[in-house]
Amino acid sequence: MTQKIVVTGLGATTPLGGDARSTWKALLAGESGISTIEAEWVAKYELPVTFAGQAKVSASEVLTPQEIKRLDPSSQFALIAAREAWADAGSPDVVPERLAVEYATGIGGVWTLLDAYDALKEKGPRRVLPMTIPMLMPNGPAAAIGMDIAARGGVRTAVSACASSTEAVANAIARLRSGEIDVVVAGGCESGIHPLPIAAFAAMHALSRRNDNPAAASRPYDLNRDGFVMGEGAGALVLETEEHAKKRGARIYAELVGGAVTSDAHHITAPDPEGTGAARAVSAALSQANAKPEDVVHINAHATSTPVGDIAEYTALLRVFGDHLSKIAVSATKSSTGHLLGGAGAIEAIFTVLALHERTAPPTINLENQDPAIPLDVVTSPRALPEGPILAISTSFGFGGHNAVIAFRSYQG
Amino acid sequence: MALSQNEVLAGLAEIVNDETGIAADAVQLEKSFTDDLDIDSISMMTIVVNAEDKFGVKIPDEEVKNLVTVGDAVNFITNAQ
Repeated sequence: MTQKIVVTGLGATTPLGGDARSTWKALLAGESGISTIEAEWVAKYELPVTFAGQAKVSASEVLTPQEIKRLDPSSQFALIAAREAWADAGSPDVVPERLAVEYATGIGGVWTLLDAYDALKEKGPRRVLPMTIPMLMPNGPAAAIGMDIAARGGVRTAVSACASSTEAVANAIARLRSGEIDVVVAGGCESGIHPLPIAAFAAMHALSRRNDNPAAASRPYDLNRDGFVMGEGAGALVLETEEHAKKRGARIYAELVGGAVTSDAHHITAPDPEGTGAARAVSAALSQANAKPEDVVHINAHATSTPVGDIAEYTALLRVFGDHLSKIAVSATKSSTGHLLGGAGAIEAIFTVLALHERTAPPTINLENQDPAIPLDVVTSPRALPEGPILAISTSFGFGGHNAVIAFRSYQG
Repeated sequence: MALSQNEVLAGLAEIVNDETGIAADAVQLEKSFTDDLDIDSISMMTIVVNAEDKFGVKIPDEEVKNLVTVGDAVNFITNAQ
């Protein structure tokens, strides 16, 4: 019999809160984590977008000055989230060789890279910090976590743009089922609220320009949505074989029952309008869960609030769920958090797990006029989910044509 | 005006503390950067560059390997001023 995989620890730092619990509470309260960026560089570069989902709690309030100095901001967020998740799981006593990390980022250490380039141009090569390379490398966050918890069973980084951290969670399944690993810390992070990524995403007209009302800018499924809102932060989950979790008497939030990735090979940034690749990822995740589409009661959708993306995802979901889709409670939590890119899937996995654990689907804010082309049952205030065994999925899609879907089931003991 | 040896030590201790978190009063003349203070080569290079800025001296890369103890660094900086 296949070993069950369970979720035993959660950690996050997001635009809604400095930890998983406060983030979840703010999400249920319908808060927005989006605000105007106060940094001087917004005016200096005359950026067309002046707001983002900035971390509610600064990493410098949590980590030591030396950690701040030696870690890119993305790794700082990652370490905060992972430490919380690890403590939340009861700091498992696990053989280091049987402990692994699957931790993603979408962009990597962009602040470090660009700060170092500024130092090079302004002061010369001797002023480029010797820590620059380990700080900018995309596996930096995973490596920082691995060293912190002494994981010697392999530390890996999935990089698939906005699908990265959902892919990282999916990748954990095979590791845990291999029998070689007992515990995996999985998730992802991002710290890209820097003038260059903002200018670049704005150049491709991917970002909302609702500068006069940032809190209303991220509005998935709304007729007046005009792009996504960049967010920053991290999420981490402690995933564990059921056997290992039970042996140590761990609290179990939910069961991770499926995780699948597919690719479109259609366009470097545009989603496949037919949604076949995304639909295949959903179907594959359900198949791993031995579940039928009708078993799904809740979806934490990718739903970034772009005009094209939200429709493409709807098309893909319709392909899999058909008539049952109208019976599924869909939450688009990026309406509150913004889009954490490589961290998005991780915090949405946490939301999906907590939705099952607390039997409550979180709200989607800013939905004023639902796009008639997307007739989903969108949750707009916290909604109770049914009793009994229930299944939920979280979807993520990334530039490059990446589709990643993970499925969780309520844990029945 | 050139700084005294004690002033250089105090300034260097501040740099070491800033980079590594090691208490400034633990940075003493006879301490070895690697064996006593557990400072790795990456931190050492950052300390050297910050010391160059702070004391207005040049510490050539080939000289860094000779700076085994805090005292070696303090002497080099004091003489280089």
